[in-house]
Amino acid sequence: MSQPVILTMKQISKAFPGVQALNQVDFSLRQGEIHALMGENGAGKSTLIKVLTGVYGLDQGQVWLDGKLVQIRSPKDAQAQGISTVYQEVNLCPNLTVAENLFLGRQPMKHGRIDWQETARQAGVLLQKLNIEVSPSAMLDECSLALQQMIAIARAVDMNCKILILDEPTSSLDDEEVARLFTLMRQLRQAGVGMIFVTHFLEQVYEISDRITVLRNGERVGEYETAALPRLQLVAKMMGKDFNDLAVIQAAPKGQVDPGSVPVIEAKGIAHSGTIKPFDLTIHKGEVVGLSGLLGSGRSETVRAIYGADRADQGSLKVNGRPARITQPLDAMKLGMAYLPEDRKKEGIIPELSVRENIILALQAKRGLFHLMSRKEMAEAADRYIDLLQIKTPSRETPVRSLSGGNQQKVIIGRWLLTNPDYLILDEPTRGIDIGTKTEIQKLVLELAGQGKAITFISSEIEEMLRTCSRIAVLIDGAMVGELTGAQLTQAQVMQTIAGGKTVQEDK
Amino acid sequence: MKQKSFSWQRLVHARLFMPLVCLAVVLLANVIRTPDFFKISINNGVLYGYLIDIINRSSELVILAVGMTLATAASGGQDISVGAVMAVSAAICCQLLSGGEVSVTSLAAPIVLAALAGVLAAGLCGAFNGFLVAKLHIQPMVATLILYTAGRGIAQLVTRGQITYVRVDAYKVLGGYIGSCPIPTPVFVALIVVIIMAVILKKTALGLYLESVGNNGKASRLVGLNSALICFMAYVICSILAGIAGLVASSRIYSADANNIGLNLEMDAILAVALGGNNLGGGSFNLTGSIIGAYTIQALTTTLYAMKVSADQLPVYKAIVIVIIVILQSPVFRSLIAGMKRKRAVTVDEK
Repeated sequence: MSQPVILTMKQISKAFPGVQALNQVDFSLRQGEIHALMGENGAGKSTLIKVLTGVYGLDQGQVWLDGKLVQIRSPKDAQAQGISTVYQEVNLCPNLTVAENLFLGRQPMKHGRIDWQETARQAGVLLQKLNIEVSPSAMLDECSLALQQMIAIARAVDMNCKILILDEPTSSLDDEEVARLFTLMRQLRQAGVGMIFVTHFLEQVYEISDRITVLRNGERVGEYETAALPRLQLVAKMMGKDFNDLAVIQAAPKGQVDPGSVPVIEAKGIAHSGTIKPFDLTIHKGEVVGLSGLLGSGRSETVRAIYGADRADQGSLKVNGRPARITQPLDAMKLGMAYLPEDRKKEGIIPELSVRENIILALQAKRGLFHLMSRKEMAEAADRYIDLLQIKTPSRETPVRSLSGGNQQKVIIGRWLLTNPDYLILDEPTRGIDIGTKTEIQKLVLELAGQGKAITFISSEIEEMLRTCSRIAVLIDGAMVGELTGAQLTQAQVMQTIAGGKTVQEDK
Repeated sequence: MKQKSFSWQRLVHARLFMPLVCLAVVLLANVIRTPDFFKISINNGVLYGYLIDIINRSSELVILAVGMTLATAASGGQDISVGAVMAVSAAICCQLLSGGEVSVTSLAAPIVLAALAGVLAAGLCGAFNGFLVAKLHIQPMVATLILYTAGRGIAQLVTRGQITYVRVDAYKVLGGYIGSCPIPTPVFVALIVVIIMAVILKKTALGLYLESVGNNGKASRLVGLNSALICFMAYVICSILAGIAGLVASSRIYSADANNIGLNLEMDAILAVALGGNNLGGGSFNLTGSIIGAYTIQALTTTLYAMKVSADQLPVYKAIVIVIIVILQSPVFRSLIAGMKRKRAVTVDEK
């Protein structure tokens, strides 16, 4: 690769109160290259990108664009200089059409009015050029998330962007959608666009990127050719230590289960019309049961019905052998359940409240309005879990919104552990989280099972499930089609079951 | 600066800094114009002076602001019906006391009972608002618009379109003076309401629940909070407090004037919440700020009257001052002055 360098960031430093987010970081991007920016949560990836896009000013350092020293004052300024960003959450208007979104704010005009025909025509040309299969007149919110991201990319490309930043674009996409996104990225690479790709998925980095820059604790660890950097080395660089924890996990014995004991959870024929068909699920003490299936197969709906987040309209549930009636989450909590929801931002954190308040909230809710925990008790509880889960936060009074994703997730885990549950539901606890924290969470799951807690674990990553679960139930279109245990727990077998192939053992 | 650890930045960013500065500015303006502004004398056995007048007159607003703060925190919206609810509460109370007559000089019912009935009616209004907001998820402004318009009509119906006078000394106590106590009773009422609310917030988890629900209702439900019930409760409390404020206002004029009791006071209450540095989008709240805000607004009103601004023109001047105060409070302005101070500190260091 001897393409010219289009972006050089030199000695970038940026501090926030209490945290040195970036410390003399160098970064360079060549024309027509896909450059992966890797690092754990809190390594400084987001800050670097926000400096580059003008969201933050920088304390020190220089940004050179096309050989010229530039200053980026605002996101708008960044866009004018050819730097565009596509986020995981698409920043477009869902209530407008694809064409309107593509040309919003720069529509072709005729006689002082918007020329809709021309808008539609240009949109059609643009979409065709990039092989995006969507009608310009479709409403944006009718498009899948992947398509929306591609439309956001198309908009950026059409606005003459030279540098495209893709910040976790693949977190909520399925494999096929990722493949389509990658096709588009390769096409842009051909066209000479430099791309900065931020992701937590190692496979994707190796599939598409040319070079990798690794950040750790706000400092640059190094810049590598992707082909010359083995995976394990990459992980080690990100973690900053020789990293055999993954192997340790695989070797750890999975929870020993006494099948004769009274199950913690015994669901029979629970269903929710329209989303999930009647299912049976039994979970014993110390058992980690995985729920697997494609997006939309009803994994979350299944656990939500058990927890009472959505009310089931059929079926019965026994908790510790006793029939349970759950009409709202508080009922489930009082029976010793805990639920970490899939959507951390929307359903997990209370963003403006402090880390302390977020941690004690579930326990406080369980105790009730009139039994307010003392300041001291709250502080101790918060400190205990900040310490235990190694939550990186300037203080326990910091609003939880200013923490990185992985640390926010740890806060929610701490919130539930504080209630000392018997049964823990973890719905995608590792999504959008760096590999180090991911491993920590996986270890924690096994540890908790070892302590005798029953756990339901949901993840889109099959390897992760295989590592932690002693049993995996598979869902297709809201129906539980089978359970895999023991020797059946292989990637091939799980995939085959998800794909609707023959199961070795039908669960009937 | 006595303490070395004193930090200008920390002070500027303290939540109560701006509300206090605003209040100070308004009071200072008064001192310049009216040198005897802080003078408190005793006339006819009661305290007398501008300051006393402000504190007395703002009592209803303080009570409303407390309720409005809670409703705002829980729902991220405002209850614009509080003024009308004040009128409803006053009408019910006075009608019971007069036994249906237009003007009476003796009571037809015990005052305590009538007052309770008035507050209860206000509570029912709050339940109606709360149901619309918490259960049916109607935007607070729209939901409370119903009683904002209908409330005064209901009050008129109760008083049969008349202004009901209760010319009994015992009824004038709430808005006047208790025996020979030189301090006006409304001041005590406001104080008691604030103390009770402060104790509730300190001793129960209500504050945490309100902030949590207002900040992220969905997540709050999943951690076991009954988001709808908490939001409902906030509206009921808000209306009950409006009912109490209504009784005070009614006692001042020993009558139930459905058209004028609490008129436009809902806007002042919302403003008090905003001036107190609270986010009108809900979530975290600061009760002390709202109370300071309420006093600031009343100080402003009294000041303008003292400057011989007529009642008709009052809103214009008030608006001008409020625009200035709101700008002073805005985050952009605050970081600006914090930054200015920091730069100056740096230049001093370089010397």
